[in-house]
Amino acid sequence: MRITADQERCLGAGQCVLSAPDRFDQSDLGLVEVLDPEVPEGDEQRFRDILDLCPSQALSLEA
Amino acid sequence: MTVLPDYPQARGCPFHPADGYTDYAPVAKVRLYNGREVWAVTGHAEARQVLLDPVTYSSDRVHPHYPALAPRFESARKVRNFIGMDPPEHTVQRRMLLSSFTVKKTNALRPRIQALVDGLLDEIEAKGPVADLVPEFALPVPSIVICELLGVPYTDHAFFEHQSRRVVTGSTTLEESADAFTQLKAYLDELIQRKQREPGDGLLDTLIAEQVETGALSRSELVDIALLLLVAGHETTASAIALGVVTLLEHPEQLAALRSDARLLPTAVEELLRFMAIADGIARFATADADLAGHQVRAGDGVVIVIATANRDGGAFPSPAAFAVDRGARHHVSFGHGVHQCIGQNLARAEMEIALGTLFRRLPGLRLARDLADLPIKEAGGVQGVWELPVTW
Ligand code: HEM
Ligand code: HEM
Repeated sequence: MRITADQERCLGAGQCVLSAPDRFDQSDLGLVEVLDPEVPEGDEQRFRDILDLCPSQALSLEA
Repeated sequence: MTVLPDYPQARGCPFHPADGYTDYAPVAKVRLYNGREVWAVTGHAEARQVLLDPVTYSSDRVHPHYPALAPRFESARKVRNFIGMDPPEHTVQRRMLLSSFTVKKTNALRPRIQALVDGLLDEIEAKGPVADLVPEFALPVPSIVICELLGVPYTDHAFFEHQSRRVVTGSTTLEESADAFTQLKAYLDELIQRKQREPGDGLLDTLIAEQVETGALSRSELVDIALLLLVAGHETTASAIALGVVTLLEHPEQLAALRSDARLLPTAVEELLRFMAIADGIARFATADADLAGHQVRAGDGVVIVIATANRDGGAFPSPAAFAVDRGARHHVSFGHGVHQCIGQNLARAEMEIALGTLFRRLPGLRLARDLADLPIKEAGGVQGVWELPVTW
């Protein structure tokens, strides 16, 4: 699975960066950037929980 | 005819959601001060459902359907900024500010916040007990931080702290809050005009250069945004720090766990946010008919999210009434959810971590200097917390 981010939806709450600073960052405009989209097998639930915290629903998991 | 419970209801004890709505979970009708009936959302999933759907549940404060939860909300209709707007208008204003509130930017403020906290504790220690931690510690930390961030002179703090309290306190009357808004607007308008002549290096100065001078924002729009940031930026966090001290003192085993492992500080702050639910309620109104937990919500109906009860929903938080510094749950709705989720949340987290962590490290014998039950607590419906916090050590 891979993480995809929609900067159009992002509103910069920073929840993703708090959850996984190794995976997410914020651009100079304060919008989400995915540093590493790969979700290792077995880690799906952890990432679903992280994505679920995004208040603007800007992140999703894709096969 | 059944009598509906009132919203808001006094918590009595600031840590316990008012009893009145728990029997009605997750959604029930309540009656506001002006007699209007609105939906109270007390369940966690239902709160998120509403907050994630700004199309069906509008934040538009000037709209007559937007429910005034207390008289002060009527005067707030005259302040137009993004907290009271829907997308796409909301999105445009919020994006102007995002670069100043990233995790990186707030982390870069940590050394300054630490120095500030250390300086205040030096003064408190030098003076000796008893100290009132509200004016001497909990309030100046976020107040100075937001002043420096915005470029507002902290020397004016007595004025804007007083006016802000009149805006966020539950018992404030219509006249009082209207007067407070007028005074805050006049103050900020003058400050912004002065900055147009003599630019400084705060966020307001950046917004003048990037948005006002280019015509993207009018000066009066910037005044209303500045008002939101100044008020939201200090009163909530000040309440969270003061009530956080009380909560930790009242849970000695949790405080001991935190003291033995400083790495627990971030999860302890998160648990404090969930447990205390400093902001009491969030208002919306329905723009279309909708189903909410089996209830038929009609277009025009008012809705209030009861944050304290949503944060104690057993379906979302196991043993919800327990305060556990290692819980590690961030899905509480203390900062809201959806497009309006608090823009200052990471700044608030940093301030709470540094203020509480340093206070308990430097004053290990800290304890209340007055009976818990005699602490004056803030009124129903406004920002929750204590007015005074006398301590000794
Ligand atoms: C006089 C009115 C008050 C009443 C009737 C009241 C009642 C209660 C009750 C029934 C509990 C639960 C006790 C337990 O779980 O063992 C409680 C807990 C607590 N109260 Fe109050 N309280 C009052 C005022 C206050 C005030 C003024 C404060 C502080 C500002 C306060 C702070 C706390 C704290 C920190 C707890 C522990 C939180 C918890 O474990 O849930 N209370 N109170
Ligand atoms: C513990 C401290 C804080 C709490 C509990 C808190 C709570 C909240 C809540 C519940 C909302 C959502 C309102 C809604 O959905 O209608 C919100 C929004 C907001 N907060 Fe905070 N806040 C805190 C600290 C701060 C700080 C430090 C700042 C500023 C630096 C700030 C600025 C804002 C702004 C500008 C909004 C509007 C966001 C939008 O509409 O997009 N808050 N806050």
